[in-house]
Amino acid sequence: MKAVVTVMLKDGVLDPQGKAIGHALATLGFAGVGEVRVGKRIELELGENDPEAARKAAEDMGRRLLANMVIESFKVEIV
Amino acid sequence: MRAAIVVFPGINRERDMAIALELSTGHKPRMVWHKETSLDGIDLVVLPGGFSHGDYLRCGAMAAQSPIMPAIRAHAERGGYVMGVCNGFQILTEAGLLPGALLRNAGLRFLSMDCNLRVERSDTAYAGHYTPGQVFRAPMAHGDGNYFASADTLDRLEGECLVAFRYAEADGSLTTAANRNGSQRNIAGIYSSNLRVLGLMPHPEDLVDPLMGGTDGKPLFDGLAAALAA
Repeated sequence: MKAVVTVMLKDGVLDPQGKAIGHALATLGFAGVGEVRVGKRIELELGENDPEAARKAAEDMGRRLLANMVIESFKVEIV
Repeated sequence: MRAAIVVFPGINRERDMAIALELSTGHKPRMVWHKETSLDGIDLVVLPGGFSHGDYLRCGAMAAQSPIMPAIRAHAERGGYVMGVCNGFQILTEAGLLPGALLRNAGLRFLSMDCNLRVERSDTAYAGHYTPGQVFRAPMAHGDGNYFASADTLDRLEGECLVAFRYAEADGSLTTAANRNGSQRNIAGIYSSNLRVLGLMPHPEDLVDPLMGGTDGKPLFDGLAAALAA
């Protein structure tokens, strides 16, 4: 079973990478691009057949290592 | 004072730290590999600068899960002294031994230059040989030194006077220009509630000998040696 964990900076936490990408897109001539936010996608192969157990495990991994809950939030998708 | 320097794969300032500690204490610190699990007999644990585990995932995130970390946590809980510099500061926040987090520098650039640090209080084991409000020069070299914490945490840090050092102008004034990495409230270093754990981004250990270009960082180590002399 595969879990996809998406980690994003929390709202209100400055994202200088997102800002730089936004500037670069404007330089390339893409108009109308608002705020740009950059995150991480982490794919996990889990030896688990129960989707709920897989989700629980991935959420535990998210809280304990994959995200820093001071600055980031994450969501888990089981695929 | 018996000091230990924890060596993680990918750090690179452990020898600078050892020179600074030996110069002030007269003793060679013990180098402790990150896979060790004991810090028995140690008064001061230092987490040096560098790029532990290649800064993978987040700076300090992997090192914070090292086998040595339970011993560091137990040492801190016993009231032991722990100092984290640069990557060491990042590791301490990732391990939850200090509040907040270090984000990517506001300007995205790796900053390798000197900065001025203002001493916020001197009644601690670390800052006893400085005076409150004193400004000293310290080299910095980091890409992720932008101190962030929630407004509540920042207010608590200020209320309990736990800010150790702030980025300042040479005259001690706090300006945006002096705060190159974008840290909240110009914070360069903070203490734990019991003032025994210190984390800071700049490198006082790299200015402890005239041959290094100055001795601005030496009072920190002299102060530690005096405070922890036993």
